[in-house]
Amino acid sequence: MSSRRSRSRQSSGVSRISDDQIIDLVSKLQQLIPELRNRGSDKVSASKVLQETCNYIRNLHREVDDLSDRLSQLLASTDSDSAQAAIIRSLLMD
Amino acid sequence: MTSIYQINSATRIRFARRFLISLSRMRRASTLGPPSDEEIRTRTRRIRIVSYSSMAFAVGSSRAWSRALVLKIRNRARFRGILRNKCLASKKKRVIKRHKVSREMSKTDMLRRLVPGGAGMGICGLLEETAHYMTCLATQVKVMQSIADHYSK
Repeated sequence: MSSRRSRSRQSSGVSRISDDQIIDLVSKLQQLIPELRNRGSDKVSASKVLQETCNYIRNLHREVDDLSDRLSQLLASTDSDSAQAAIIRSLLMD
Repeated sequence: MTSIYQINSATRIRFARRFLISLSRMRRASTLGPPSDEEIRTRTRRIRIVSYSSMAFAVGSSRAWSRALVLKIRNRARFRGILRNKCLASKKKRVIKRHKVSREMSKTDMLRRLVPGGAGMGICGLLEETAHYMTCLATQVKVMQSIADHYSK
């Protein structure tokens, strides 16, 4: 195992992917998904992480669709652009 | 290079600015009086595209997914008129086919379809781009939510 790691480090010019790299990236993905963030890193399989990643991205796409619809309805009712500065200010606060 | 998993506030502000400017441009261009259903649908579609392009431009050319997204939107705008009728006719067929394929597709392939530019990447690149893309998407959603909340007051 250690020899494989040192081999991948030596050949960093060539794109040789080690299992450790993939495990590392998958665990980083796991940290970003709200569903899986609280579980221990050794309890969730890579397959589950990939599945939840796809579900999460699809949910986010759906939220963008819903919000676009909502904004489209709201755009008709707002009058001025004065809200813009207030919005940016509140976003800076976060 | 900034950490790929944290979106700094500069990107968030750039996105919010572009998006808000596009929104006010759309509002100024809209017809007087209550908009028809067709107008609302068109506007929804435009807002959706503008939200993705604003984020892609805010991120810039440093990411493979943002470059791919900018290209996709530009090409789609170019061919929209020509392909529109063709797309409407074959849409039903295409949707049924997609359901069949997704059961047999590997999870990695599904991810490649969801992340812009994912098709041509190796697994390591794909996972890195996915992490950054997901973080940007979540930011996009949060900003759109706070704008909608602001407008609905």
